Amino acid sequence: MKKFLNGPWVLILPTIIVLTCVVFLPLLISLWTSFTPFKLTKPDTLYRFIGFRNYERLIGDYDFWVAFGRTVLFLTIALNLELVFGLGIALLINKITYAQKTLRTLMMFPMMFSPILVGFQWKYIFNDNIGLLNNFLREFGVINPIPWLVDATLANFSIMAAEIWSSTSVFAILLLAGLMGIPKDPIEAAKVDGCNSWQVFKNITLPFLMPFIFIAMTIRSLDVARAYDIVQMMTGGGPAKRTELLWTLISRTGYVDAKMGMANAMSYISIFLSIAFTFFFFYKLMEARKILSYD
Amino acid sequence: MTKKQINNILIWVCAIFLILLIMTPGLWVVLTAFRPQVDIMAKPAVWIPRNLSFNQFETMLFGGSEGSMGRSPVPVLSYLRNSLIISIVSTSIAVFIGTLGGYAFARHEFKGKNSYFFLIMLTRAIPGISLSLPIFILFSKIGIIDTHFGIIIVFVALNVPFTIWLTDGFFRQIPRAMSEVAMTDGCTRLQAFWHIELPLSKSGIASAGIFAFLISWNEFALVSNLARSTDSKTLTVGLMDFTSQFTINWPGMCALAVFIIIPALILTFMVQKHLVSGLTFGGVKG
Repeated sequence: MKKFLNGPWVLILPTIIVLTCVVFLPLLISLWTSFTPFKLTKPDTLYRFIGFRNYERLIGDYDFWVAFGRTVLFLTIALNLELVFGLGIALLINKITYAQKTLRTLMMFPMMFSPILVGFQWKYIFNDNIGLLNNFLREFGVINPIPWLVDATLANFSIMAAEIWSSTSVFAILLLAGLMGIPKDPIEAAKVDGCNSWQVFKNITLPFLMPFIFIAMTIRSLDVARAYDIVQMMTGGGPAKRTELLWTLISRTGYVDAKMGMANAMSYISIFLSIAFTFFFFYKLMEARKILSYD
Repeated sequence: MTKKQINNILIWVCAIFLILLIMTPGLWVVLTAFRPQVDIMAKPAVWIPRNLSFNQFETMLFGGSEGSMGRSPVPVLSYLRNSLIISIVSTSIAVFIGTLGGYAFARHEFKGKNSYFFLIMLTRAIPGISLSLPIFILFSKIGIIDTHFGIIIVFVALNVPFTIWLTDGFFRQIPRAMSEVAMTDGCTRLQAFWHIELPLSKSGIASAGIFAFLISWNEFALVSNLARSTDSKTLTVGLMDFTSQFTINWPGMCALAVFIIIPALILTFMVQKHLVSGLTFGGVKG
């Protein structure tokens, strides 16, 4: 008993209890439900086992795979652009000596916004009738309002813009922290030896930043599903399902169409997708740490 | 002009452009909250407001005679109360549980430690909407759907992993020797924790708490499906009340948005320093 009280498990026990009740147990329920034809309108169907039929139907479901592909594409483009912009901003602020702290604080502005607010403010800006953007363009002679959220291609672009606006600062702030921690000596030495700034960046700055890039990526990959809030607010998956992501599709199938069994099958696939993203970046983070031999 | 001066000017032009890009959307929303409906709908656009009004806030907080566009006002005060109760209670519990866990990971060595840590973090990677489906089924069965209690325990689970990540980082910054001395003097592990490490990491734990509060305050995907009525709907879910199929009450929504963002703004400024150091220490030197 004394050994237990002095050990780690007494401290971790509350965490385990909470996570079991709210995460692991529901995941089991979710797994069971995905093997039933459960509909909210017919409670009895929760106890009818139908094997893999939901999954089989999903494999042939065109709408599902389009949403799946769009989600992967959306995440790939968004995360990469966020990384590039974030790196650019971090390098820029790192160069500025005057009022650097104030600038850094201003850069954190989007981090305070709830994703649902991000969705709302960009919905307002991209509104074709009274939005800031179209009002602005009208001043320059663009008389016909551009249907930012009504046209399928433009709607995807608009959502991407909102997503990038909200998450670039995570990268900027963490990479800036990394840049500030770089020792000056190797850079000076490299310059004395005749390296140009690109060579310094490529061979010294970037390798040093790698763990910070992977921390930012890991943190980001933990909440990629925030995009659900943004899309739900901006377009609700429309027009004609052209901005549907996996998460909005799950929400529609489960709550609007009340097909809980099918929605749970979809959500298992989305969970594996998220975990794969996280796992990949966490693994990279560990590798990068080994190379730089921290600790 | 020297090359360096030109460089400097270029850098500042970029920086100012960036600040505009970051600040404009938010400021535009704030401005709209104080403008009359006619100004918002005006064509060509009215850029400089002719008169500002607090009408939206009055309608929102004190009910007004009728909402704009003839819709009944949204019960913002109930939503505010729900938001505050849910966020504060869930944050307190999450910080308590998470700090204990963070301490275990920072100070104890045990088999499979990294795997357990990673497993706990992975629970955070599950999309809120996916998790909401089984929780919805479970809570309906046991009858705690649409209650504060139900949403609070969900938020506790949501916040514990990040609290562990952050506090683990803060505890690692405290030299081990301090608690070891206390333990050779006869303290138990828990006493050493209580008297030595806890007071030293107070500000770090406080910022982890603020961070957890912000996550609860801003959460939408889970609450929007678990909260059904004014009994438990929070401000972020209430934002949707202003939209109907064909019309949107823009100024009303903007006013509520201002309401949501102000506490978040203040709290984020308070923790920004700790947030960066906590995240990078916990991750890089972990």
